[in-house]
Amino acid sequence: MEWITRNLPYLMAGVSVGGQYALIAIGYTMVYGILRLINFAHGDIFMVAGLVMVYAVTAMPIYIAIPLMIVVTVLLGFLVERVAYKPLRSAPRMSIMISAIGVSYLLQNMALYVTGGLSQQYPTVPWISDTVTVLGATTKRVTLITPVLTIILVVALVLLIKKTKIGMAMRAASRDFETSQLMGIKINSVISMTFIIGTFLAAVGSLLFFTNYTGVTPTAGAMPGLKAFVAAVFGGIGSIPGAVIGAFIIGICENIIKGLGWTTFSDAFTFALLIVILIAKPTGLFGEKATDKV
Amino acid sequence: MSKKAKMTWNVGLIAALLATLFVLEQILPSGSMFFTVLKKGAIYALVAVSMNLLNGFTGLFSLGQAGFMLLGAYAYAILTIPVESRGSVYQYFDGGIIQFTVPVPVALIAGGLLAAAFAFLIGLPVLRLKSDYLAIATLGFAEIIRAVFQWDKLGPITNGSNLLRSFPSFKSVLYPFVVSGICIALIVMLINSTYGRAFKAIRDDEIAAEAMGINLAHHKRLAFVISSFFAGVSGGLLAMYQTTIQASMFKSAMTYEILLIVVIGGIGSVTGSCISSFLFIACSEWWLRFLDNENLYIGGFHVPLLRPGFRKVVFAIVIMVMVLFYRQGIMGTREFSVEGIANFFKNKFGRKKAAEGGGSRE
Amino acid sequence: MKKRVLAMALVAAMAGTMLTGCGGGSGSDSNADSSSAGSESTGAEAEAPAADGAKVVKIGVYEPASGDNGAGGKQEVLGMQYANQTTPTVEIGGEEYSVQLEIVDNESSNDKGPSAASSLVGANVSVVLGSYGSGVSIAGSDVFKEAGIPAIGVTCTNPQVTEGNTHYFRICFLDPFQGTVLANFANENFSAKKAYILTKQGDDYSTGLGHYFKEAFTGLGGEVKEDVFQEGNSDFTSYITSAKNEGAEVFFAPVSTEAAALIIEQAAAQGMTIPMMAGDTWDSNVILNAAKGKDVQIYVTTFYQEGGNADFDNGFKEYINGDSTAKANNGGDDTISAVSAMGYDAYYVALEALKAAGSTDPAAVNEALWKVTYTGVSGNIAFDEVNGDALRDTAYVKCANTESGAWDFVAEQGVN
Repeated sequence: MEWITRNLPYLMAGVSVGGQYALIAIGYTMVYGILRLINFAHGDIFMVAGLVMVYAVTAMPIYIAIPLMIVVTVLLGFLVERVAYKPLRSAPRMSIMISAIGVSYLLQNMALYVTGGLSQQYPTVPWISDTVTVLGATTKRVTLITPVLTIILVVALVLLIKKTKIGMAMRAASRDFETSQLMGIKINSVISMTFIIGTFLAAVGSLLFFTNYTGVTPTAGAMPGLKAFVAAVFGGIGSIPGAVIGAFIIGICENIIKGLGWTTFSDAFTFALLIVILIAKPTGLFGEKATDKV
Repeated sequence: MSKKAKMTWNVGLIAALLATLFVLEQILPSGSMFFTVLKKGAIYALVAVSMNLLNGFTGLFSLGQAGFMLLGAYAYAILTIPVESRGSVYQYFDGGIIQFTVPVPVALIAGGLLAAAFAFLIGLPVLRLKSDYLAIATLGFAEIIRAVFQWDKLGPITNGSNLLRSFPSFKSVLYPFVVSGICIALIVMLINSTYGRAFKAIRDDEIAAEAMGINLAHHKRLAFVISSFFAGVSGGLLAMYQTTIQASMFKSAMTYEILLIVVIGGIGSVTGSCISSFLFIACSEWWLRFLDNENLYIGGFHVPLLRPGFRKVVFAIVIMVMVLFYRQGIMGTREFSVEGIANFFKNKFGRKKAAEGGGSRE
Repeated sequence: MKKRVLAMALVAAMAGTMLTGCGGGSGSDSNADSSSAGSESTGAEAEAPAADGAKVVKIGVYEPASGDNGAGGKQEVLGMQYANQTTPTVEIGGEEYSVQLEIVDNESSNDKGPSAASSLVGANVSVVLGSYGSGVSIAGSDVFKEAGIPAIGVTCTNPQVTEGNTHYFRICFLDPFQGTVLANFANENFSAKKAYILTKQGDDYSTGLGHYFKEAFTGLGGEVKEDVFQEGNSDFTSYITSAKNEGAEVFFAPVSTEAAALIIEQAAAQGMTIPMMAGDTWDSNVILNAAKGKDVQIYVTTFYQEGGNADFDNGFKEYINGDSTAKANNGGDDTISAVSAMGYDAYYVALEALKAAGSTDPAAVNEALWKVTYTGVSGNIAFDEVNGDALRDTAYVKCANTESGAWDFVAEQGVN
C-alpha cells in the first residue's frame, strides 16, 4: 500500500499525459496517412486552442467558451490546410513540410505578439479541475478523466472510419491517393475532414492538457507536438490504435524516467525510442507494410 | 566568357568585397548593427550552404544542423578557454578536467571533425531512411546530443548545462568572412567535382544513379559527413560571435531558421543561400526592429498594431508568402555569377534591339 | 525572367539599405534613431525637450520583454520608466540634458541577447541598465565591454556577471549571499533537515542559486535531493511526487515565474504542504495570483518590501493605475514588485554616474561609477572595488498570503 501511494502518482501522471498526447497524435497520424505530411503546425494549433480558451473565458461563461474554443480551433485547422497545404498539393513533399514549418513559425510568433510573450494562466474548468484523492495519492480529477475520455473518443473515431461513407473515403485515400481520386472520391473534402477531425481532437486534448498544466506560452505546443508525433510513428503511422498505444507508452515512460531522477534524458528518451523504432521496425507497432519508408 | 576570365572576375569581386569591408571597418564605429548583421550573416551563410549541400544537392532532407553546430561550438569553446579562466567558468566543477588550450584555427577544425565523426556514427543507421523519416530521425539526434551535453555527469568537460565563456572571439568582421569564404569555396569545389555530380545524380533519381554505378551508401554518408563538418566549423564561429554558448541555444528552432534560409535562397543554389542568410539575419535582427516601436509616428499618424513582437509576425508572414508563392526562392537553382549578370544585361539589350527591329521574341 | 528581376531588386535593396542604414546608425542625427536603432523611446516627455534643442543623453535598457523572464523584465522596465517620468532631465557638466530610455528586448534568450545589445551600442547609449536574468546579462556583457559602455545590473544575481569585469556593475545582492540567507531561514524557521532543490537546466540563475543554497544548507548539516527540469517542461507532478517521497521538508525552486506558477498550481493539486522557497524571481504578482486561494506556503527572499518607502509606493501605484499599458505590463494589478523598485533605483544610480562623470562619454561614466553612492528606495547603494558589486548585507523574507493575495513581511535577514 505504501509502495502504491508512493508510485501511483507517477503512473497517473503518465497515463494522463499519455492520453493527451494520444489526442494530438491522432491528428498527426491521420494527416500523415493521407497526405504523407508531417504536420509540424499541429502542435501549435494545439497551443492556439489553449490561448483561445484563455481569451474566451474573459468575455463569456465557460459553457459557451468551450464549444467556441473547439469551433475556432477546428476552423483554424481547416484554414491552415486550405491556405498553406492545398496550393502545394502537387509540389514535392519537402515543400509542404517546409510550409508546415512556416505555419508553425507564424502561429508561434502571432501568439508571442498577442500574449506579449507572457505565460497566460489557463482558466479553471469547473469539476474537472477539482482535486481528488485516489489510494492516498492526490491529483486533479482531469488526470483520471483523460484516459477514459481519450478511449471513448478513439472508439467513436474508429467507428466513424469503419462504418461511415466518409470514413471509407479516408481509408481509400490513405491506401492510394491517386486511385481514390480516379474512383470519384472528392479528395479535397476528405482531406479537409481529416484536418477537422484532427484539430477537433487536438482542441479537446488542449482542454485536458492545460487544465492540468495551466500555463499557456507560445512554445507550449512544440514539445507535446513532437512527442505526439513520435507516438504516432511508434505506433505505426497511419494506425489510430497504434498512435494511442504509442502515446500512452511514451507518457508513462517519460514519467517513470523523471521519477528515477534521469530528467535530463526524459525528452531525449522519446527521440531515442523514435530512432530505434525507425531503424528496427519502421512500420511501427501496428503500421501496415509500406514500401517507401526504407 | 572563358573559364580564366570567369575566375579572374570572381577573385576580383571577392577581393573587392573584402577590401570594401576593410575600409568600412575603418570608417564606421565597430558597434554598429551593420557589422553585427554581417558577422552573423557570414556564419549563417556557411551553415546554410552546408545544409544546402545535403538538402539541395544530395536530396537528403536532414534536420540535424543545430546538433552539429552544437558539437562544433562546444569543441571550440572547450579547447580554447584560457587555462587561467577555467576556474571561474567551470566554477561548479573545480575548473574542469581539460587543462590545456589549442590555437583558434585548430580548435575550429577540431570542432568540425567532432561534428563529422558524430555524423559518421549517426549516418550509419539513419541514412537508410528516406525523406521525412530521415528528417525526423536527424532532428531527434540533434535533441539527444543536446540532452547529453547538458548532463551534469559530463560537467567536468562540458560545464553541464551552464554557460561556457571567456574563450577567444573575433573583433574584425573580416574574420568570419574569410573563414566562411574558404569553407564555402571548398564546398563549391566539391559540388563541381565528380563527387558533386554523383550527389546531384542521387538527388535526381536514386535508382538511376545506382544503375550508373554510384555507390549510394558511400556517397550519402560522404555528403552527410562533409556537411556536418562545415556545420561544426560554423558552430565554432557562432561561439566566437556570441562570446558565450550554452547547449540550450541549439534548439530545433535554430535548424528551422537555417532551413528557411536555404528555402528562401533557393534549394540548390550556393549563392542563393548566402544572399538569403544576410537578408534573413538583417530582417530578423535589424531592419524590422522599428515595427516593435510602440510610439512610431509617420507624419503625426500613430501607426496602430505596433508593439514588441510585431516584427516577428510580419517576418513570419513574409516567409510564408515566400514559401507559398516563390517556391523557387530568390535564386532557384541558379547561381549568382558575373556571367549571369553579363547575360542578363545582354539579353535586355538584345531584346531591345529585337523590339526595335519590329519583331518580338517573347 | 520576372523572378530574376525580383531577385536583383532584392539584392540591390539589401545593399542599399545596409549602407544607408549603417550611415544612420553611426550618425548622431535623431531621425535615424527610430529607424535603425531598433528601440522604443519613452514617448513625449523625453522627446519634446529634444525638439526644443536641449541635449539628449541616452540610457540603454537591456531587458527581456518576452520569453521565460518576460514578466519580470517588464516590471523592471516599469520602474525605470516611472523614474524617467519623475526625473526626465539631468544636469551634466553644467548643461541640462533630457534623458531618453532606449529599450530593447533580449527575449530572455542567450543567443538573441548579443544582437539586442549591439542595437543599444548602435544607438550610442551612455550607460546600460539590466538585465533581469543572469544568463542574458553574461551573454550581452562582452558586447558592452567591446564598445566600452558600462552596464549596471539591476537584479542579475549570479556572481559571474561582474566577475573579472570592470564595465559591469550591479546594485543587487549576489546568489552566494541569497542562497545562504535562504538556507539559514529554512534551517531556523522550519528546522528543515532535508531540502528538495529543483532547478531549470541551462539557466545560470537557477543552477547558480540552487548550487549556493545546497552549499549553505549542507554546511548547516542538512541533506538535499537535487533535480532539474528542461526548458519547455510543463509537467511538474513527477518532481512534486519525488519531493514528497523523499520526505523533504522544504521545496526550493529558484526558477522563472512562468515555471513557478505551474509548480504552485500542481503542488496544490497534489496536496504538497511543505513550504516552498525561492529567490528574488518569485517576488512577483504572478506567484501571488497562482497561490491565491490554494493551500500552499511560499517564502521568498527579495530586495524591497512594499511599504518600505511610502512616497515611491504611492507614486508608482499612481503611475501604474494611470496607464493601461503599464498596468498590463505589471501583470494587471498594482502590486509593487521588488524588481520595479530596483529598476527605479538603477535609473537614479545611472543619473548619479552621469552627473559625476560630467559628460555623456561612456568611458567617463564607467570611471565615475566606481565612486557612485546613492540612497535609493531599496537601501544604500555603493559598489565594491573588485568587481563593482553592490555592498548589501540584508535581504527581506516575504511570505505569500494565500487569502488576500499579497505579500506578508516575515523578516529582514542577513548572514551571520
